[in-house]
Amino acid sequence: MWQYLVRLYHKLGSPRWFYQISGQWLPWLAVLSIGLLLTGTVWGLAYAPMDFKQGNSFRIIYIHVPAAFISLAGYYIMAIAGAIALIWRMKMAGIMMRVCAPIGAAMTFIALITGSLWGKPTWGTYWVWDARITSMLVLFFLYLGVYALAEAYEREELGNKAAAILALVGTVNIPIIYKSVDWWYSLHQPATIKLTQKPSMHPDMWWPLLVMIIGFYLFYAVLLILHGRAEILKREQRTQWVQELVN
Amino acid sequence: MAHLSIRKACWETFKRDCIALARHPMDFFNPLIFGLLVTLMFPLGLGPSPQTLGGLAPGLLWVIALLSCLLATDKLFREDFEDGSLTFFVLSPQPLYFLVMARLWAHWLSSGLAITLMSPLLGMMLYLPGEATGALVISLLLGTVSLIFIGGIGAALTVGLKNSGILLTLIILPLYVPVLIFGAAAVQAGAQNMPVNAYLALLGAFSLLAVTLAPLAVAAALRINMDAG
Repeated sequence: MWQYLVRLYHKLGSPRWFYQISGQWLPWLAVLSIGLLLTGTVWGLAYAPMDFKQGNSFRIIYIHVPAAFISLAGYYIMAIAGAIALIWRMKMAGIMMRVCAPIGAAMTFIALITGSLWGKPTWGTYWVWDARITSMLVLFFLYLGVYALAEAYEREELGNKAAAILALVGTVNIPIIYKSVDWWYSLHQPATIKLTQKPSMHPDMWWPLLVMIIGFYLFYAVLLILHGRAEILKREQRTQWVQELVN
Repeated sequence: MAHLSIRKACWETFKRDCIALARHPMDFFNPLIFGLLVTLMFPLGLGPSPQTLGGLAPGLLWVIALLSCLLATDKLFREDFEDGSLTFFVLSPQPLYFLVMARLWAHWLSSGLAITLMSPLLGMMLYLPGEATGALVISLLLGTVSLIFIGGIGAALTVGLKNSGILLTLIILPLYVPVLIFGAAAVQAGAQNMPVNAYLALLGAFSLLAVTLAPLAVAAALRINMDAG
């Protein structure tokens, strides 16, 4: 088993091998994720029972919650890939790290937008300086910083390494930022807006959400693989196997 | 050179940066002038009422300090990168971690300490309540250390890039969030005659963390940029 994992790890380091194997995974993952997303969306939007306090507007959680999950987990995925790229100098890890940044930023953006759309009917305003919203906004900028830094370098490997360092610095900082923003909010908590304590979810609402979360994770994997493959082709464009593939 | 002890090498690095600063005094004054100018903008934008300005002053002063530290940080390694001496700095036989630390402390003297010393004046201009001046100075003294050390990471990561200004801001400002929150809260508490020790302790803790960890990231980033040359 261990031997197998070590061999898999070494193979994963090779962009060519990754390109070939991910080509086999991709259709399965894509079909599965689209299937789950469609099921979850129809189930959540049409069949799940209405929330008796928030009415139909609660249904946006079927997009909002999975996107928020991924935006948080994605930063750690990016940082771990960055650490692997820096420590073991694995090419593929650097490529994956670079790809994580724009996708993570997009997910964070979706979470912010859906949150504010939900806020309008529920709180009466699009934007509230609430602790969680504020930390999500900071997270969005952390993602953008990593992406912009990687893009700013002309030589891609250098850009990936620099962005990996920044991602690791961000990892040390994220817990501190979250705690301090939480604390800041409890100090300035405005009295006008109260989040009604939502009752623990009914299973009929919970199941479609679970389907959506799994669907989003698979969708995220599909996006990572698609962008990663594009990066590989760009990076390896002078090698023979890419030449053969293209021509 | 190879026989220089770490302590001696750090001291020489520190001294070199201080001498360079003494020869270019404008490097010292530019962030201060920037701070004064921004301070001038607030009454013009918000109106001259002492109540309004005094209420906002703790946050405003901290944002000013933050921006002027950020501005000063951009050129931390730039000149040395352009004239090539940064290569020798990175190649020196002593551990880069300690040398970077020495440089960042020298840089703090010229930017963080400078803005701290000028802050009572800025506080007066913005009608900061007199009781808060102590909290302002001590919180800036502790907080600017982490601002400079975290800023050093950004400066090292962007040293080889041409237009790094906005990029540096994008990279560094999110990391400044905790320092700003606790720094401004300390001054706010000082203005209301509340105890400030807890905030100062937290700011001190951030700075200790930044002083010990940031040079690692700075050294790694400098090495990456040397590969490019």
